[in-house]
Amino acid sequence: MTGIAEAIVAEDTRRIGGILMELKHITLRFGGVTAIQDISFDIREGEIRAIIGPNGAGKSSMLNVINGLYTPSVGEIWYKGARRPAMKPYEVARQGVARTFQNIALFKGMSTLDNIMAGRNTMMRSGLFAQALWRGRAEAEEIAHREQVEKIIDFLEIQHIRKTPVGKLPYGLQKRVELGRALAAEPSLLLLDEPMAGMNVEEKEDMSRFILDVNDEFGTTIALIEHDMGVVMDISDRVVVMDYGKKIGDGTPEEVRNAPEVIDAYLGVAHD
Amino acid sequence: MLYRTSGQFKTTYRSDQALFPIRQDAFLLGIILLFAWVILPASASSFAFQTLLIPVLIYALAATGLNVLTGYAGQLSLGTGAFMGVGAYACYKLITLFPELNLIVAVLLSGLFSAGAGVLFGLPSLRIKGFYLAIATLAAQFFLVWLFEKWGWLYNYNASGAIQVPNVSMFGIWVAGPQATDRAQYFFVLALVTVLTMVTINLTRGNLGRSWKAVRDMDIAAELIGINLLKAKLQAFAVSSYLVGVAGALFVFFWRGAAEPNLFNIDLSFRVLFIAIIGGLGSVLGNWLGAILIVALPVVLNTAPHWVGLDISSSTVEHVNVMIVGALIVFFLIVEPHGLARLWALIREKLIHWPFPY
Repeated sequence: MTGIAEAIVAEDTRRIGGILMELKHITLRFGGVTAIQDISFDIREGEIRAIIGPNGAGKSSMLNVINGLYTPSVGEIWYKGARRPAMKPYEVARQGVARTFQNIALFKGMSTLDNIMAGRNTMMRSGLFAQALWRGRAEAEEIAHREQVEKIIDFLEIQHIRKTPVGKLPYGLQKRVELGRALAAEPSLLLLDEPMAGMNVEEKEDMSRFILDVNDEFGTTIALIEHDMGVVMDISDRVVVMDYGKKIGDGTPEEVRNAPEVIDAYLGVAHD
Repeated sequence: MLYRTSGQFKTTYRSDQALFPIRQDAFLLGIILLFAWVILPASASSFAFQTLLIPVLIYALAATGLNVLTGYAGQLSLGTGAFMGVGAYACYKLITLFPELNLIVAVLLSGLFSAGAGVLFGLPSLRIKGFYLAIATLAAQFFLVWLFEKWGWLYNYNASGAIQVPNVSMFGIWVAGPQATDRAQYFFVLALVTVLTMVTINLTRGNLGRSWKAVRDMDIAAELIGINLLKAKLQAFAVSSYLVGVAGALFVFFWRGAAEPNLFNIDLSFRVLFIAIIGGLGSVLGNWLGAILIVALPVVLNTAPHWVGLDISSSTVEHVNVMIVGALIVFFLIVEPHGLARLWALIREKLIHWPFPY
C-alpha cells in the first residue's frame, strides 16, 4: 500500500510554514477521570500531523478539544498567532477548522451534493428574505457555491453519486463524501478522525491519495488520527504519540518509531 | 413515455438547480394551477367551496408550517393548534383595533405574533429533543388555549367568549365576514397560500433548508460544520409558526367565520400532524396530498353511499372516517414513513422509465 503514497511524497513540493495551532499544557477532566493530561504540541502550516496511540489514549478527545466540543480544564489553545478564547464548536468552524468523524456523521436524508453544499454554509451570506424570494441574490450565490462544490466532487471522483441520498451509499464512498463536506469549507486546519477505519487496502490507498492531494494541491494543514501504522508512517510529517492521556512521543515518523516509550506502549513492557 | 426525460440536457447549474428540472413536472403544475385558479372557482358550488376547496388550502398551509419544523428541522411539535389560535386572535385584534387596516396586511402581520410565540416556546429545543420537546410544545398548546379563554381583552370581552369575524371589504369587495362570497374568499386564500408555499419551497431548497435538514439528520455534525444550532432551530420555529399562524387567521376569517378557544385545542394539532405524516414529512407536495385526503375523505364517505343507493347515517360515516384515518396513519407509519409524497415519487420514477424497466 505504500507505493502510491511514497511516489507522491518523493516529489514533495510543499512548503511547511510557521505554527498554525499550538496547544499548551492541555488537561481535560470529566469528573474524576482525566482524559488528557498536560499535553503540549503544535501544528505547523501545511503539514500532515498524525496523532496516534492505543485505544482510549485520548486522541478523539484531543480533536474534540481542538474543535471546541470540549473545553479543556487547564491549558491554552493558540490559533493563527492569537490565544483562542473558549468558544462554541460552530464558532471554531467559522475560524476555519473542519473535521470528519470516526463514525460517519453525514446528513443521511440529503444528497451528496446537498451534504457538500452544507459544508459551505459558513460562507453563505444571503438572509432569510433573499432566500425566500430566491430570484436574484440567493440564486446567484447558490450557483456560485455550486461551482466550487462541483470542483470538490470532481476532485474526489464522486460525480456519479451527486444526486444520491448518502444513506444509500457504500461505506467507502460515504467516507469520501464526508471528506468532501469538510473540504467544502475551505478549511485552514482539517481534522480527520480515523479516515481509514474499516476500509480495505484499495480504499485505504485511495483515501491516502486524497489526503496527500488535498495537502499538496490546496496546501491544507491536516491533523489526523489513524491506527494503521503503515499509512501514518508514510503520509505524515510529524507524529504525536499518546497513551493513557499523556504524550509519550513527538517527532518525525522515524524518530517516533524508534522511541523506547512508544515501543513500550505498543508492544508492552517486560516486567522484570 | 409521457414522462420521458431523454433529450432534456442540463448545461448550466442554474437549469440543474431549477425547481422543475424535468419539463413534464412544470407542465403538470401548470395544469394544477389552471384548475385551482380558473376551472374550479368557475364551476364549484358553495358546498364545494366550504367543505373542500377552502379547507384544503388552509390545512395544506398549516401542514406546510408544521412540516418546516417537524419534517425539515426534525423538531416534533404538538402545539400547532394553539399557534393557529395565536394567528387567529392576533388577526381579530388587529382588525377590530384598526378597522381601516388592509386585511392582507392584517393576516400577514398576525403571523408575526404566532412566530413570536413559536420562538418563545421553541427556546427549550436547544436543551431537549424528541418526546421531551413534544411535551414542551404540548404545554404551549394547553397554556395558550387557556389564555384564549381567560384573557377577555383578546375577544373584546364578548359575552359569548368567542370571536366573531366582522365584515371586511377590500377594494369594494366583501372578503371576510357574513357578507363575503365564497368565491372572493377562495381567491383571497388561494393567493396567499400560493405565495407562502412558494416562499417555503425556496427556503427549504436553499442554505437555510440545508441547515435545517442538517440539524435534523445529525445535530453534532451540523454544529461542527459551522451551523449555529440555536439559531437554526429558532429560525425553524419562527418560520413554522409564522405559516401556522397565517393559516390560523385564514382558518377563522375565511372559513369558520367565528371561533371559540376550544376550536384550537389538541384535536386541531393532531389533525394537522396527521396531514403532515400521511402526506409525507419533509415534503411540500406531501402537505397538499395529505390535506386533500383528510379533508375530502369525510365528504366522499358522506356522499358516495348515496350514489350507489346506500343509506348510511351521518354518525356511522363519522365513525368510519375516524377508523379509516386511524388505519391510514398506522399504515403509513409502518409501510411508508415518507407518506403519499414518496408514493408519488415512486410512481413518477416508474413513469419515467416506462415502458422499459431500465
